[in-house]
Amino acid sequence: MAQRIVILGGGTGGTLTANRLRRLYKPAEATITVVDQDDRHVYQPGLLFVPFGLSHTEEIVRPRQRQLRDGVAFIESGIDRVDIEADEVHLANGDVLAYDVLIVATGARLVPEETEGLTGPGWMDKVFTFYTPEGAGALARALATFDQGRLVVNVVDMPIKCPVAPLEFLFLADWYFTERGIRDRVDLVYATPLDGAFTKPIASAQLGGMLEDRHIEVVTEFNTGEVDGEGGRLVSWDEREVPFDLAVVIPLHGGAEYVGRSPGLGDAVDFVPTDDRTLQSKVKPNIFVIGDAATVPASKAGSVTHFEGETLVENVRRFLAGEALEPGFDGHANCFIETGYHKALLIDFNYEQEPVPGHYPSRVGLPLLKESRLNHLGKLLFQSVYWHSLLPGRDLPGVGSLMPAAGKQKIPAPKEASQ
Amino acid sequence: MTTETIAGVAVDRNEEGFFTDATQWTEDMAPELAKAEGIDELTPDHWTVIRFMRSEYFDKGTGPTVRMLGKTSGVSVKELYQLFPKGPAKIAARIAGIPKPRGCI
Repeated sequence: MAQRIVILGGGTGGTLTANRLRRLYKPAEATITVVDQDDRHVYQPGLLFVPFGLSHTEEIVRPRQRQLRDGVAFIESGIDRVDIEADEVHLANGDVLAYDVLIVATGARLVPEETEGLTGPGWMDKVFTFYTPEGAGALARALATFDQGRLVVNVVDMPIKCPVAPLEFLFLADWYFTERGIRDRVDLVYATPLDGAFTKPIASAQLGGMLEDRHIEVVTEFNTGEVDGEGGRLVSWDEREVPFDLAVVIPLHGGAEYVGRSPGLGDAVDFVPTDDRTLQSKVKPNIFVIGDAATVPASKAGSVTHFEGETLVENVRRFLAGEALEPGFDGHANCFIETGYHKALLIDFNYEQEPVPGHYPSRVGLPLLKESRLNHLGKLLFQSVYWHSLLPGRDLPGVGSLMPAAGKQKIPAPKEASQ
Repeated sequence: MTTETIAGVAVDRNEEGFFTDATQWTEDMAPELAKAEGIDELTPDHWTVIRFMRSEYFDKGTGPTVRMLGKTSGVSVKELYQLFPKGPAKIAARIAGIPKPRGCI
């Protein structure tokens, strides 16, 4: 009898997993079903460009279903809950899906309502987020008429999707206001809960220097307790205030809501406890997790999800064949960081290796942790690679799942690379 | 990393004051560690958080973030900041003798 594989979520992880599994198994060997609450697949890296008029939301959204291979069933429905004891998914439309293997790929959800005042007066008026298509579009309109004042970018707390995106937003804002000839009338401020610009020491120092060069003020260890839209101020839990005329806030993240309704599936913020190396959930052996939905200590980013795909699919195969799982995933992440002026920086790292200078993927290649035009072209090209190679679940030429060490400068990692 | 004596016992801490080996910690050390963070007296609520930090660390391999503490320890975020004004996650981790919470990836 065919094995029943159910994939919750038709985003980056769910789509590439479904397509890889469909190539692996003949139709008689396995049925593959993807469930998502809507049919809008958003190319999330594109959201960054929307506020500056460099991209438009309609250019970065495509139907989910069209990204799936023939032979993958797609159900458009919300998810009520997973019964992990009975191996069943209860859909919002009333149907019940029984599974042999469940793959959780429902990503991270924004929970702005968890921060006092954030969705209150001023929300979508002078307080925005660019992490949703609606927010990015509204912010584009607000920026177009923003002629002077204090623009504050604030990360409420980690983890967030794409931890470099707030920095990219600031670099692009610096460029945008310079091009408009009003950079001297705009103050740019970054209020972050971290103790520096980024989570990893060497990249943090480099990126911190780049913020300083651009006269972007950084307020560190700022843990937002309240957003006062009317009064135009962020208030931290330790009662510091950051005033703003326009705030761009990256809200708290949690897992999908149904995770919270599924006894035993998720943690306190609805992410699913997952083994760092095998990507098997820690809640039940026949549940696997890919992408932002997992608790693994890697960045919540599309590149990480892509690199997880190979290990995840191999381990689903091994599980169904009764073989031992391979601890194959190394935490590999690879991110282009837009810095404005048609340039970008590239970072490449994993669980053990923090981002360092050098070249990617080997001694010859794209410069790492250094601004270049080549990296910017790489970032632009990636959108096409995403739709045509990454989602179909193809291995990208020259881009292996494991982090390449060749080409990276040998800088001894600090003993406590704990951040 | 430096080796120092706390409550009469040699322990290893990193340059940020976090224990590198949580098993070196004993409850006797907490009052001295707390004083160094400007907390003169450890109340039962402080102890609730300290014990929770340690059990989370040994269970999950990292101490919790402030948000997770607020959701799971039984002490609200507001109260956590009253107990550890300079930042609950970091300060409580130092007093509880566990490595720096790695919530921020």
